[in-house]
Amino acid sequence: MQKQLVALTATAILGLTAVSAQAAILDDVKAKGYVQCGVTGGVPGFSAPDSNNVWTGIEVDFCRAMAAAVFNDAEAVRYTSLTSQERFTALSAGEVDVLSRTTTWTMSRDTQLGISFVGTMFYDGQGFMVRKADGIESALDLSGAAICIESGTTTELNAADYFAANSMEFNTVVFVDQDEVVKAYEDGRCDVYTTDSSALAAERSKFANPDDHIILPEIISKEPLGPVVRAGDTQWFNLARWTYFALLEAEELGVTSANVDEMLGSDNPAIKRLLGVEGDFGTPLGVTKDWAYQIIKSVGNYAESYDRNVGPATPIGLERGLNALWKDGGIQYAPPIR
Amino acid sequence: MTTRELGHDAAPRVSFFNDPKIRGYIYQFVVAAILVGFIAWIIGNTAANLAAQNKTTGFDFLWKTAGFDISFSLLPWTRASYYWEAFLVGILNTMLVAFIGIIFATILGFTIGIARLSSNFIVSSLATVYVEVIRNIPLLLQLFFWYFAVLKAMPAVRDSIMLPFDSFINQRGIMVPRPIPDEQFGFTWIGIALAIAAVIALRIWAKRRLEATGQRFPVFLTGLAILIIVPTVVFAVSGASVSFEIPVLERFNFKGGLQIPPEFAALLFGLTIYTAAFIAETVRGGIQAVNHGQTEAAQSLGLKENDRLRLVIIPQAMRVIIPPLTSQYLNLTKNSSLGAAIGYQELFNVFGGTSLNQTGRAIECIAMVMLVYLTFSLLTSMFMNWYNARVALVER
Repeated sequence: MQKQLVALTATAILGLTAVSAQAAILDDVKAKGYVQCGVTGGVPGFSAPDSNNVWTGIEVDFCRAMAAAVFNDAEAVRYTSLTSQERFTALSAGEVDVLSRTTTWTMSRDTQLGISFVGTMFYDGQGFMVRKADGIESALDLSGAAICIESGTTTELNAADYFAANSMEFNTVVFVDQDEVVKAYEDGRCDVYTTDSSALAAERSKFANPDDHIILPEIISKEPLGPVVRAGDTQWFNLARWTYFALLEAEELGVTSANVDEMLGSDNPAIKRLLGVEGDFGTPLGVTKDWAYQIIKSVGNYAESYDRNVGPATPIGLERGLNALWKDGGIQYAPPIR
Repeated sequence: MTTRELGHDAAPRVSFFNDPKIRGYIYQFVVAAILVGFIAWIIGNTAANLAAQNKTTGFDFLWKTAGFDISFSLLPWTRASYYWEAFLVGILNTMLVAFIGIIFATILGFTIGIARLSSNFIVSSLATVYVEVIRNIPLLLQLFFWYFAVLKAMPAVRDSIMLPFDSFINQRGIMVPRPIPDEQFGFTWIGIALAIAAVIALRIWAKRRLEATGQRFPVFLTGLAILIIVPTVVFAVSGASVSFEIPVLERFNFKGGLQIPPEFAALLFGLTIYTAAFIAETVRGGIQAVNHGQTEAAQSLGLKENDRLRLVIIPQAMRVIIPPLTSQYLNLTKNSSLGAAIGYQELFNVFGGTSLNQTGRAIECIAMVMLVYLTFSLLTSMFMNWYNARVALVER
């Protein structure tokens, strides 16, 4: 009995001293050999498993790019499908290393949740989808309509703001899981489905008859969607941020997955710096100096990822719009690598 | 002859630490200290880690504007309401579905439990099939079935099924006229209260008379008559009237009337049907636990079939039924949190989900939700324990 007590006390004391010392995320990631990436439960074009059960999408590509930078292997990623309710808790609890899940950058999230937004991978805005047969032409006609919404999102708050601002009657049905939201809209529980307009287009592409549904012209909010990391680890934050910038920089310099090997011999100093031929920008990030080469080689640049996943040639069919590079009339802009 | 005074023996001299009593105290103290230390460490560690993650903490968010919508609410709710109001709305929505669910599940469960013991083969096998099928399918699946499968089969708003009395049923729920009593109706409430008091008095009087004289009085039928006649007479005499607000079809949906959303209906249905299967088994077990000799003894006393059940079998069966029945009630209340999956805005959905996510105060929100469920469960337990003590075997 006494021996047991002593053992118990010893354990307790050990426990008291073992207040978790937080290790650097990059070291953890390198030690376990893969990047744990938090994604949606399946929004086509952003993050969704394809017919071979391989995760694809513009947000999945970001995680693959990070893995390419760290391990020279874009496949060293494991995915965790999170609901919008779970995502921040999962990130701050360390269940995922990076959250790349159609997450809107807002001030309160950035400053109060202990998380840091890396940048805006995709400039989006909230829209409404309705059935064509209902003959609705404007969001201002929606007073009294039943609206399906995913809980815990900025969407929920924007819609409440919009209806209050236009003194319309607001009537929501709120689900935890996006799949249930879509199913309830399809089954006719709601007249309206609202979320980011890109996701509306993505979900519509999954419907049996996409042409029966229209997306109303009103865009009621700014939804800058981007990857998120835990706050307080500058090294990991920088790696995430510059992974995103490298994708943009590669597009701007015309470096693609197809011509990247050729570009190694380029005379352009900016390309030389990007690909690690001249100077070493990788080591200060904690990765090798050809980190951007690895990203572009296996994932491609921003334009390639966009066109492959959500561009006009895909079923989702989104024009570049705001997401074009700054020199092409959009607002995607990367600081220089030098 | 020597006499020895008992109880004045000097205690045998043992060392301080070998005294079993003192050792007992020491152990208890050590265990308690470790427990308190452990809890303090958890709290300290949590606070330190939250601070390290730059997370804001505390309960100040309760007084901030929620900014989201709750469409099914027993309290007035706007987007400008506060988080603590969301908390209350969630609690009330949970209580509503749990309370009605418990009543329905009890009625259905007792009916099916008794049906399982029926001598009619068809009745008892139907009851058996019900119990075996329902209790062996996970509740979440059943809720999805009631919500998505049944909802899909419902007609769209414009093709609503008309029911008698201006009621409608469609994909948006069940719409019935809302009764609006006028001011005179207050007298009718008083009439109902008086009638209930009269029935209770009648029951006490009838019991005393039975014990004193052995004469019986038909309490049930007389009571029913009082309950119906008194309020009706008061209603007629006071000249009260009740008008009805009838649901009217508008652009998107019916407006006005009393609207029961499909989320609530599906959750209530699912919880009732699922829990009733367990209650049925509890009831069957309770009745079968009463020895057949009791029935024979009652027969030999000349009690009629009804009295045999009412006075001999059921009181004994209840003693066996109550404790497991209590845990079924607790299960139903806790299972109502699955309503979040089908969009019913109960406590977990509103506060453990939406509010948590909008504020980021995960620990605070979850702790508050857990505290509420704990309180619900303890209160239900307390009530059922009190009732159990009343019906328990009193040994004389």
